[in-house]
Amino acid sequence: MKFLKIIAWLALVALVVIQFFPIILNESDYVPQSDFMVENQVPATIKNRLQVSCYDCHSNNTDYPWYSKIQPAAWFLEDHIQEGKDELNFNEWATYSDRRKNSKLRSIISQIEEDKMPLDSYTLIHKDAILSDEDKRMIIDYMTALKDSLE
Amino acid sequence: MSKLKLVLGVVAIAFVTLTVVSCKDAKTESSTNSETSTEEDHSKMNHDNSDGHHDSEKKEMAMNGDGNAQAVLNDYFSLKDALVGDDNDKAKEMGGTLVKSLKSFDASKYSESEKSELNDIIEDATEHAEHISESDIKHQREHFKVLSKDVTDMVAITGTGMKLYEQFCPMYDNNKGGAWLSMNEEIRNPYFGDKMLKCGKVQREIN
Repeated sequence: MKFLKIIAWLALVALVVIQFFPIILNESDYVPQSDFMVENQVPATIKNRLQVSCYDCHSNNTDYPWYSKIQPAAWFLEDHIQEGKDELNFNEWATYSDRRKNSKLRSIISQIEEDKMPLDSYTLIHKDAILSDEDKRMIIDYMTALKDSLE
Repeated sequence: MSKLKLVLGVVAIAFVTLTVVSCKDAKTESSTNSETSTEEDHSKMNHDNSDGHHDSEKKEMAMNGDGNAQAVLNDYFSLKDALVGDDNDKAKEMGGTLVKSLKSFDASKYSESEKSELNDIIEDATEHAEHISESDIKHQREHFKVLSKDVTDMVAITGTGMKLYEQFCPMYDNNKGGAWLSMNEEIRNPYFGDKMLKCGKVQREIN
């Protein structure tokens, strides 16, 4: 019993200590001119879906959930967001060349078609980010048309 | 009793916390390791070249003075052959090798406009090669189609000492078709492999 108690206290201390290693938040009020929505005429419904389902990890502005204030959840999120932005950052859309845009659009389409995005671990908490079949069809059609216009 | 529960609860949280934290550390460590080993591989590869281990490569380099683009082409052809053979694992491996040769590509000797075009091509191709190194064969072939365009555009700028054939299979990708480069005139289809090995035609000859 005494042994358990010591472990518990140590763990508690560890949990408190890691709270002092905050992350740099991925937040920005500013939507750059190079944003996907600025460059393309995106219909309002699709705009909204992208904003809710994609922009948290694929732009410079994340709408953070409450648990992002607590470690180690925050580290987990930081990793995911960094990875997401490396693959695709909607805020930097205009800076991609046509070749890159083409590849990005191809990936967007196949990721949505195969239900790989948005991530399951993300939609588990963000129920509003789940794309309905209608949403998916709409986004895929739009992205396909955009891709064809580049080729 | 409730005290025991509390203690157990805290222990559980702590355990999860520590696991996650230690995983994170381990991940960073292993990625640093793999970076170092990549560098080592490169130096080994260069060493091999200087030993004249790759005779044909050396010859080509002497012919057009462009070892970089040639290395990319050679790895691209190895990848193509793996896809022709329906070999998913081999294609993964070759995708990884191609990532390395793409990353060591040096565009600095080209003119400004060529440089930016080449860097763009390389960046795009690297991403496709990375995906190829970790996906199933259907996805590998999808990425290979775009990769082939990148490599073709690269050759248009860098040139090559080899005689190449641009080949085309009209049936791939729901009849949208898919092109690829080959060193041989004879058709060996990387998009269908054994299923339709000889589907396609020579679309263009380079050199």
